[in-house]
Amino acid sequence: MRLLRSRAALLAGLVVLGVVLAVCLLASVRFGAARIGTMEVISAFTDYDRTSEEDLIVRTLRVPRALIAALVGASLAVAGAIMQGLTRNPLADPGILGIEAGAALAVVGAVFLLGVSSLSTYALFAFAGAGVAAAVVYGLGSLGRGGMTPMKLTIAGAALAALLTSLTTAILIIDRQTLEEIRFWLAGSVAGRDLELLVQVLPYVSLGLLLALGLARQITTLTLGDEVAAGLGQRTGLVKLLAALAVVLLAGSAVSVAGPIGFVGLVVPHVVRFFAGVDYRWILPYSALAGAVLLVCADLAARLVLRPMELPVGVMTALVGAPFFVYLARWRVKR
Amino acid sequence: MRRRAVLRRGGLSLPLDLRAAAVVAGLLGASLVGIVLHVGVGEYPISPPDVVRALLGLSTGDENYYFIVNVLRLPRALVAFLVGAALALSGAILQGLTRNPLAAPEIVGINAGAGLAAVTLIVALPSVPAALIPPAAFVGAVAVAATLYLLAWRGESSPIRLILIGVGIGAVATALTTIMITYGEIEQVSQALVWLTGSVYGRSWEELWPLLPWLALFGSLALLRARHLNALTLGDEVAAGLGVGVERERGLLLLCSVALAAAAVATAGTVGFVGLMAPHIARRLVGPSHGGLLPAAAASGGMLVVAADLVGRVAFSPLEMPCGIITSAVGAPFFIYLLYRSADAK
Repeated sequence: MRLLRSRAALLAGLVVLGVVLAVCLLASVRFGAARIGTMEVISAFTDYDRTSEEDLIVRTLRVPRALIAALVGASLAVAGAIMQGLTRNPLADPGILGIEAGAALAVVGAVFLLGVSSLSTYALFAFAGAGVAAAVVYGLGSLGRGGMTPMKLTIAGAALAALLTSLTTAILIIDRQTLEEIRFWLAGSVAGRDLELLVQVLPYVSLGLLLALGLARQITTLTLGDEVAAGLGQRTGLVKLLAALAVVLLAGSAVSVAGPIGFVGLVVPHVVRFFAGVDYRWILPYSALAGAVLLVCADLAARLVLRPMELPVGVMTALVGAPFFVYLARWRVKR
Repeated sequence: MRRRAVLRRGGLSLPLDLRAAAVVAGLLGASLVGIVLHVGVGEYPISPPDVVRALLGLSTGDENYYFIVNVLRLPRALVAFLVGAALALSGAILQGLTRNPLAAPEIVGINAGAGLAAVTLIVALPSVPAALIPPAAFVGAVAVAATLYLLAWRGESSPIRLILIGVGIGAVATALTTIMITYGEIEQVSQALVWLTGSVYGRSWEELWPLLPWLALFGSLALLRARHLNALTLGDEVAAGLGVGVERERGLLLLCSVALAAAAVATAGTVGFVGLMAPHIARRLVGPSHGGLLPAAAASGGMLVVAADLVGRVAFSPLEMPCGIITSAVGAPFFIYLLYRSADAK
């Protein structure tokens, strides 16, 4: 059962969501810790003055930050949707591939052992950690006969994620300095990310999104079960592997830029399904836009509620998104 | 074909799965060995035979042994076992009720509620005496569970609605906890992390006595309901067709699950992994029928936490690791081995 019944309604919904995202992005550039008027924001683009503090804030801080928030949100939501399809479990998210746990351990380990301290080095370690963890989980989930099955992948992922998380906690408990250094990153944030970081991850995210959208039809078939998909002529092993690769590219990039942000990947696909049904050709684009909207709004709220202090966006996504999600789950989930 | 014996007395019939009984006996035996070893190690090492003698109240070479074993060290080992058993039972019930292998007290927000309450006391209100943390955590867990049930109830409860709303509520509680972890005084944050990881450090008979009857009550209630839980895992329609009062049984089992998890978490902090994984370990050992699965899960959960606490005390001495960290380090490889073995068989 979905709210948008016809193809035209689905398309219109996508356009509306796109407009909402554009409005949110503009709001994210307009509002922030520093009070800058609308006209000054516009003049930062039309008449850029390098010596003006306002112009600098708008162009080098707010614009990249808004774009990064959108990109991270879209990546996480699409990766979550794929994971839920791949494991056929409504509770799955990129965390099931060990991505957040692997990234967190790699970064915390690097801070503890090597004393690294810049956001771009964190990004490097996070991406590597996420990739290694995902490969190990996928390998464990494919052990034994029959290759990767949703059940084996889910359980192996949950077990490995728990293991990695406890190692991270062990380091944080032993070493207070590392805890102090890294706790804001661990809460998930898009503050202080510059255009360069965005440019670094853009190719991976684009590739991941293209791969995901290209696989949308196959993933829909796969949710009907391996046998059905194979019966319809699908090479299920290959599709699953490519889908997992898309998840690693998307969620790995997201976590490397913004730190581990939960909730988005788990919840956005569910919200989307209420509107767009079960076809991944609609779920994926809807998830991308809705995830971007959620993260941009959450980041805006994170900057404004306690201005000039700032909350981590990973906290705000849950505080902004959960009430809406609980409302939908209460009224739209029948059985 | 499984060998079964059936106990029949009057209108009551209780099928006994002999294989499950053997597995549970084995797990309990291993836990007992773990407890004896656990009690033996420490700054004042005592050999296992002396531990057993002291436990039984027999005379040993050293009269201090009786005090060290029975007063100082035994309660901690027993608390570890009970906490593990309670969490595992809670997880097994939840997984059966929701028909989802990822369901666990930590997934549906019960742990998050307890965590929020405890971390608030530790970080935001450090002047509050530490003795208030367990009851606060208990209240936090129960409050989340009650909110969850109320929000998910619409004339009938639905497993998928329960877990989705649980995830939502849990996310809010976790977010608020994260704020305190991110901005609190580093000293207190470090303490809060230990609590959030789960530890049985310094637990004595005082913590054990309230836990025991509580676990006995809700644990045995759950065991008596195992047959209905089996029916519920087949789906609401099938269960109703088998004559099970679906809403009543689900409510009752959920109550057991919440009560067990809340008591465990209040005693030892939010120990993760056990509630999620011990049921899977048990399922690989005795199969999916809850009559055997629930006791096997309880025994493996208990064994896991005893073993974890033992390792946490010995491996890094003189430093001590909270058992919550070690449970997954001990449990995950074991579990993956089981996964590998049974993957071949299937």
